[in-house]
Amino acid sequence: MSPWQVLLVGWLAGTSTAPDPRHPQRTLRVCADPNNLPFSNSRGEGFENRIAELLAADLHLGLEYTWWAQRRGFVRRTLNAKTCDVIMGLPADMDIAATTRPYYRSAYVFVSRSDRNLRLRSLDDARLKSLRVGVQLVGDDGANTPPAHALAQRGLVDNVRGFPVVRDFREANPLRNIVDAVGRGEVDVAVVWGPLAGYFAQRGAVPLRISPVEVTSDEHWPMAFDIAVAVRKDEPLFRDRLNDALDRNRQAIERILDTYGVPRLTGRLAP
Amino acid sequence: MLTPDLGVLKSEAAAAISSAAAGCSSSFVVGISTAAASEPASVPPNQVFALDLVNPGTQKWTYKPDPVPAAQGVACCDVVNRGGTYYDGKIIFNTLDGQTLAVDAKSGKLVWRTTLGNIHQGETLTMAPLVVRGKVLVGDSGGEFGVRGWLTALDASTGKQVWRAYNTGPDTDVLIGAGFKPYYQQDRGKDLGVSSWPPGRWQTGGGTVWGFISYDPELDLIYYGTANPGPWNPDLRPGDNKWTCGIFARRPETGEAVWFYQTSPHDLYDHDGINESVLVDLPVEGKMRKLLLHPGRNGYVYVMDRQSGQVLSATPFAPINSSKGVDLVSGKLIPNEEKKPVSGRTIRDICPAAPGAKDWQPTAFSPQTNLLYIPHQNLCEDIEALEASYIEGTPYVGANVRYYIAPGFPGGSVDAFDPIQKKKVWTVNEKLPVWSGALATGGGLVFYGTMDGYFKAVDARTGKALWQFKTGSGIISQPTTFKGPDGNQYVAVLDGIGGWPGSVVVNQLDTRDQTAGNGWGAAMRELEHVTRPGSTLYVFALPPGAKP
Repeated sequence: MSPWQVLLVGWLAGTSTAPDPRHPQRTLRVCADPNNLPFSNSRGEGFENRIAELLAADLHLGLEYTWWAQRRGFVRRTLNAKTCDVIMGLPADMDIAATTRPYYRSAYVFVSRSDRNLRLRSLDDARLKSLRVGVQLVGDDGANTPPAHALAQRGLVDNVRGFPVVRDFREANPLRNIVDAVGRGEVDVAVVWGPLAGYFAQRGAVPLRISPVEVTSDEHWPMAFDIAVAVRKDEPLFRDRLNDALDRNRQAIERILDTYGVPRLTGRLAP
Repeated sequence: MLTPDLGVLKSEAAAAISSAAAGCSSSFVVGISTAAASEPASVPPNQVFALDLVNPGTQKWTYKPDPVPAAQGVACCDVVNRGGTYYDGKIIFNTLDGQTLAVDAKSGKLVWRTTLGNIHQGETLTMAPLVVRGKVLVGDSGGEFGVRGWLTALDASTGKQVWRAYNTGPDTDVLIGAGFKPYYQQDRGKDLGVSSWPPGRWQTGGGTVWGFISYDPELDLIYYGTANPGPWNPDLRPGDNKWTCGIFARRPETGEAVWFYQTSPHDLYDHDGINESVLVDLPVEGKMRKLLLHPGRNGYVYVMDRQSGQVLSATPFAPINSSKGVDLVSGKLIPNEEKKPVSGRTIRDICPAAPGAKDWQPTAFSPQTNLLYIPHQNLCEDIEALEASYIEGTPYVGANVRYYIAPGFPGGSVDAFDPIQKKKVWTVNEKLPVWSGALATGGGLVFYGTMDGYFKAVDARTGKALWQFKTGSGIISQPTTFKGPDGNQYVAVLDGIGGWPGSVVVNQLDTRDQTAGNGWGAAMRELEHVTRPGSTLYVFALPPGAKP
């Protein structure tokens, strides 16, 4: 291969992802939580870190992080305060930002010890009345995780233990306690957001089994969510470039999600 | 003394506090310096400024505690601080990241600092401490994040913890013992702070203390209100959820509980009980009574016997349909089933809205008129369909809440309320919620500020407008008055839009989104056009020649 061919290839590759002149940028500026595995951490060990590296490389951009705990006001104080240009994972229908096409769809899952052989599928399972059930709780105004709402609506309260998602930020992996509580037998089953459950179930002391919470037609709480990359609402061209980069890296992204044990529902990603 | 016939007040001094500050605190005066705690949204919050009253407008010192920036990522409703206090040569105040600090009032040097709240778990401190019998009383904030509420006493000279009383959990934690004599049956029994919750749920049950504390030295009792139970969704916490949304009377020396009254058992609407208790002695049916006046977030002015905890009357002061009154025999709030929120279902026209008929803004009482001056808002809300959101990598859904001004009412009012006749004597209407405190002076004036940036004085007897001054930003602080080193009386107020309703301006929220700022978008659409961020301390004096 002559040096000219190398140059030509490089030039062609450059044209497909050339920076938009109206959006000159040299780095992909990502806002992320510094301590929230499996999603992200400050050592770059989360799957969102890995996918951000992939997109930055594809777009020939450097990668730069602004770290901020993903708590109330996160989008407002990071992306929408322009301390970064991208949040790697948000529900695709969030009104506060524009999102790319979703790159995975996951669901709340049941987590139980394999040796219990519970095989729960639905929140209507009568056994849930007598089991000790763990559920993730959000303390936010009037809002909560869909399984927390759905269990309460079924009158399942006294045997349900809440695990607040706002925990001491200085602990390593502050959110894994709900999965560990299943392993230790403190609860018989926990209802946990899929990516979190899949990742820590792989790393538990005892074998754990996960299965998606199936939704009946009269259930008005969504248990599955499309997750996408978020950008500011007034940057549609940048979003389009990210969409293209996501498309070009679809297989690599799937491999990363597999590595992290992210359970996915297929075939229902929004167009 | 300021009198109603004062003509005009003149602006004596104005000190810029910050270019983007939310001034939610009361400035207060010590010796010849006045200090104001401020809480900018974009620069490190919780600075304290000491201003020289001999050379108006000059700063003597500034104290910068540099709180953990993460505090701004977890604080509930805005980066606010409700003020500091002065005791024994020290300015004592809280910082958002969970610390109580004592700073030498003369030098501005740190005397002690004690960490009380765990910011990393969402626990913040926003209230103004009170010193009683050498003890600094401090309560926590952060009920939105599943923290457990408490009131703590620190030794004022060292900052060491003396006692802590939790507001949920077993009696030993709540400091309930043999001396606990609540007036009503439903508050008597063992460990109600455990049994009025689903198993273990009291551990993250809220009931924080982010309002003001009052002290009666004669009875030797402190009084404070407890905040809403967590989580907000009431289906997750069947039961009365004690000891949230109510008023505690305690001994300051030991923290021991003496009585409790629950204004909103099993709260459905975020109607905290944190509003202040005003302690006055007035004749009721010919007999002098030691009273406690509590204008509640749920819309009633409670007139209580502060020795026993008995409710003598509970009168609406704003539009209410979330409840049907208070049963004076049982002491219980009578709920309105039609307005009960059901998860996933749209419920319209709930009054008062979540911020209540009155939020943090302190009332004022004048012993000349025997009237309670109540600055407040008139808001209703719709709780609508589902909306997806995301924290800590966990998607969640919830009610889309939209606040709006109650149809047929002004956005805000200042009421002069007669607690004995149980009626309003006069009302001044404002377009926007009145989020500042009220100040009553011996000269028969009532001062308050508006969110569109007017500082006003009205006649305490009639409500007649006497004077106003346009400030640079909206006012959400507590006015104060003091005697200057020259012997003259001054009135001071800090402007600086912010707080929960003001967050639409400070955070530049999109008010086309009606649910922006937790539902304030719709009610506050106008605000962004009538004021701007920034904070200045204004000090007003009587004009030369005015009668003292």
